Amino acid sequence: MPEPSRRVNATMSRAASRLLTIVALMLAGCSSSQDAHTLTFWTIGREGEAVVKLLPEFEREYPGIQVKVQQMPLTAAHQKLLTAFAGNSTPDVTQLGNTWLPEFVALRALEPLQQRVAASTVVKPADYFDHIWSTNLIDGSLYGVPWYVDTRLLFYRRDLLKAAGFDAPPRDWAQWRTMLAALSHPDRGSYGILLPTNEYEQLMSLALQQPESMLRDGGRYGNFRSAGFKRALAFYVDTFRLHQAPAITAVEAGNPWEEFGRGVYAFYFSGPWNIGEFRQRLPADRENEWATAALPGPDGGASGAAGGSSLVIFRRSTHKDEAWALIEYLSRPDVQQRFYDLLGDMPARRSAWDGGSLRTDPKVQAFREQLEHVKATPPVPEWEQIANEMQLVAAQAVAGELTIDEAAAEIDRRADRILEKRRWILDHPHATTGSP
Amino acid sequence: MNRQRAAWWFLAPALVVLGIFFLLPVVAALGLSLTDYDLYALADIRHLRFVALDNYWDLLHQHKFWSALGHTFYFVLVGVPLSIMVSLGAALLLNSPLVRFKTVFRTALFAPVVTTVVAVAVVWRYIFNTKYGLLNYVLGEVGIHPIDWLGDPHWAMPSIIVFAVWKNFGYNMIIFLAGLQAIPKDLYEAARIDGASALQQFRHITLPMLGPTLLMVGILTVSGYFQLFAEPYVMTEGGPLQSTTSVLYLMYDEGFKWWNFGAASAVAFLLFVIMFVVTAVMLRLGRRGGMA
Repeated sequence: MPEPSRRVNATMSRAASRLLTIVALMLAGCSSSQDAHTLTFWTIGREGEAVVKLLPEFEREYPGIQVKVQQMPLTAAHQKLLTAFAGNSTPDVTQLGNTWLPEFVALRALEPLQQRVAASTVVKPADYFDHIWSTNLIDGSLYGVPWYVDTRLLFYRRDLLKAAGFDAPPRDWAQWRTMLAALSHPDRGSYGILLPTNEYEQLMSLALQQPESMLRDGGRYGNFRSAGFKRALAFYVDTFRLHQAPAITAVEAGNPWEEFGRGVYAFYFSGPWNIGEFRQRLPADRENEWATAALPGPDGGASGAAGGSSLVIFRRSTHKDEAWALIEYLSRPDVQQRFYDLLGDMPARRSAWDGGSLRTDPKVQAFREQLEHVKATPPVPEWEQIANEMQLVAAQAVAGELTIDEAAAEIDRRADRILEKRRWILDHPHATTGSP
Repeated sequence: MNRQRAAWWFLAPALVVLGIFFLLPVVAALGLSLTDYDLYALADIRHLRFVALDNYWDLLHQHKFWSALGHTFYFVLVGVPLSIMVSLGAALLLNSPLVRFKTVFRTALFAPVVTTVVAVAVVWRYIFNTKYGLLNYVLGEVGIHPIDWLGDPHWAMPSIIVFAVWKNFGYNMIIFLAGLQAIPKDLYEAARIDGASALQQFRHITLPMLGPTLLMVGILTVSGYFQLFAEPYVMTEGGPLQSTTSVLYLMYDEGFKWWNFGAASAVAFLLFVIMFVVTAVMLRLGRRGGMA
């Protein structure tokens, strides 16, 4: 039966050509069809809602530029950015958490900004908190401009501390331990502090206060068996063993703000966004009962982790000058103050702290103090994965399954495994064209 | 010969689609699982190394793989029998001549299958909530202390199982219902005349007649339940203490969270091998049971 088969053949080729047309159309749809003056700006989480209120003024100043903001939820942002890179569809500008920055630098996805900053009259490196600025320097090159900052410190119940005989928050770990002991009554269901066992930021902040770095040899190996890290881990684990913190996850903790208000916890180890949360959730007449304090260092001196987000330009952007204009606009001290008023995200430059509500609000002063002494996390792309493993092992130590020494050795073992590829690349420079 | 050629032409569209969208990705993933494709390789393809079976070897030496496999087996071993029993029970009830408003009940019981996991997960998270949840409220009425369903590592998986069974039982119920309706009525009539009780009728007529349906439902459910992902993803994010991290969840983490596509592909193939073996054993047991 030759006839039907030929007919099928003809139908097939017609279908195939139709399919080709559709594919071609789809590809055309994928490629950027935006006009020359549209700037794509990706934001992560709530920042997108606030930043759109700042943009009309920018667009008035630069009538030729139109900014298209795309908001990504935090949980999907990392994946979406990497997929965009792999699929060649990165935006012009994005907000990027400073622990993610090394990863995108390793991908060589970001535009170096050193020269633009040197020529800028707005972005002045000296005005930024030193260590926040340095999280954007990878191997001596600058890849981002800090937008807002974040560091974890102590929220505490001033009235509870006073009732227990303490007039001031702790300044070192020994004082902190004494206060935790005095304020913990596990039999009555109240504890000194809440340290959710599934969050690594708290242990990481304590570990960053130590003189030794958590990775050694240029980020080739874990350094968790150092005396400093073991000291941090021991302090962390002891807090649970002494029943000064309940061994629960953030999911179980449910509503920590209300429980902090009820006095279930005297200390709460968290970041700037919680100032707004507490103001919203606790009655205004109790505002004086709680306060913030810089994280006490092992032997005094406040320090913590340098967190926050930067603004970066993608290498593949075709509107780099316009993108830089947007970054400069968002970096202006007055714009940063308005951003703080809109959202509570703390400005990265000191001059923005010298005016507006930031100057007078007593709750933010501890943050300013700590921001001068924060320390950056190790600048390797694998950091977040290592920190996750660190916390999983630490949770095992909290549960009593591992001793401090065993836990430290296990974290090192896992970190070394994760860093294997990085070691190979660093030690085989012929395989690389740029630094990872 | 010509007939055969014509047949191939008719098959061609399907084969092309299958080849491009199924076979090719599978082969590519198999190839990927033999490399260490990761972020560095994405940046510069010269950073890609052929590692042969190292990914598999590494996985088999990692605690997290075995614990994820353990959680998956827990889910399958408890969830599948429970799901089949609930489906069969619901189908038997619906099939009973005493039931009125059959279509209403059938629709109501089937409804969870067509809902979105994410949407109903919101409702179930309220039900499981420690302080305000319906479940703890009901348990409180009979004097049982509140249980932290999704926060306690021991209770999280049972909660996920309950949620998954509720979400999926309606589908099998419809299949069972069709199977039940295909059993000739005269068998029951004869059994009743011989004085068989309802239980005896169920054991000696309903179950054997449902045999092939049961086998098929069993295999479909097992292979579906092995691929546990959406439920823990929306309910617990794999926690607490990774107690609801399934093999597929591990693959997602490796691939899309840490961008280790080599290792993620290896996880996928290991899961495939395990599912293949389990369903093959089930088929063989089923056939032997059928012949006896």
